[in-house]
Amino acid sequence: MNSTGQAMLALARRDLRAALRRWGELGLPLMFFVIVVTLFPLGLAPERDLLGSIGPGVLWVAALLASLLALEGLFRSDMEDGSMEQLILSPQPLVLLALVKALTHWALTGLPLVVLTPLVAQAFYLPANATWVLMLALLLATPTLSLIGAVAAALTASLRRGAGILGILVLPLALPLLVFGARATDLAVQGQSATGPLYLLAALLVLAITLAPLAIAAALRISVD
Amino acid sequence: MLEITDLAVSRGNRLLLEGLTLRLAPGELALITGPNGAGKTSLLRVVAGLSQAAAGRLCWQARALQTGDPEYAQMRIYLGHQAGLKADLSVTENLRFLVELQNHEFHSDKLAACLASLGLAGAEDRPVRALSAGQRRRVALARLRLTAARLWVLDEPLTNLDVDGQALITGWLGEHLRTGGMAMIASHAPLASAAPGRCVQVELGT
Repeated sequence: MNSTGQAMLALARRDLRAALRRWGELGLPLMFFVIVVTLFPLGLAPERDLLGSIGPGVLWVAALLASLLALEGLFRSDMEDGSMEQLILSPQPLVLLALVKALTHWALTGLPLVVLTPLVAQAFYLPANATWVLMLALLLATPTLSLIGAVAAALTASLRRGAGILGILVLPLALPLLVFGARATDLAVQGQSATGPLYLLAALLVLAITLAPLAIAAALRISVD
Repeated sequence: MLEITDLAVSRGNRLLLEGLTLRLAPGELALITGPNGAGKTSLLRVVAGLSQAAAGRLCWQARALQTGDPEYAQMRIYLGHQAGLKADLSVTENLRFLVELQNHEFHSDKLAACLASLGLAGAEDRPVRALSAGQRRRVALARLRLTAARLWVLDEPLTNLDVDGQALITGWLGEHLRTGGMAMIASHAPLASAAPGRCVQVELGT
């Protein structure tokens, strides 16, 4: 394997290790997700029809907000301890390092969300086939969200209180994910084919993987300057 | 060979220095001094490649430098105010990552010898979080010995170090220069003694 590949692997390993040593912080967005989602059935009338119809939307909004919660720390610690300077100064293409950072972040925050989904989907009486579609849609949408979020996180990394701005920057851009994701789940609940919205989610993911790293790298250079 | 031609450095809208021309040949040390706010750090960040120069040219081995030049990036080591170490990772994990990130070979026996000379023998597996500020600085400086970088760009490298540590790093610097390395250092410490006769003094803010 060439040296860039090795450095990318080393970066992924380093980020995973550092994050797993503070697993308490990793669990926060997941707890948030579970709590927000379970608040709805408790607060509303526990009717199967009502919950079934609002379920997909609630799950998607909660997943978006939970991912947002985890985003803030994406570059913050690297900025504070000077690791970011070393990443930028390394001989490796910053675009690829940015991609690794965003995908590692997804593996730590988005992937657990997808895994938790079948549990919380029970609260909304989602049928089994719809749960599978929901998981697949989240599997396609959460990496996109991590990549879009990483652009915003890179832009706000040098700000002292970037969290509020982060939400304002990311949520409008995440709207297509919400629309197609909730639509796919809805179609599955009604027993129809959800392939259309799923393909669109996949296309958005490809687009994000291609373009977001360029924007992240440029934003990081600006933030460090 | 590092050549700086007619360099201007600004921070925000303020021009910190202009018209700086400097040639650094193998074995030479550029020692940058000046009062606080004179632009020492900004100059070093430009030379390292973190910031853009307001005007002027930087050449490495007779080649004009572009942002992210991989060959220069491999041969130059930059150590700023922040050590670039992850508090949750161990000393070995941190250094191994930083060395491999720069495309240099990592040898654990070299690391052990290096840590021993830094007075950190046996600290390989300790998390950086558990080290004192001076010890962290020592770990960060260990990178200088673990890579084959030819140009050291160091911003106040002796901060937080005790007398022994300062002497040690001065010794390393002397050895680096004798073997044809180059260094550009902002420091108020008398580092010129490490490079007798081959030290360029750059005084900013006068």
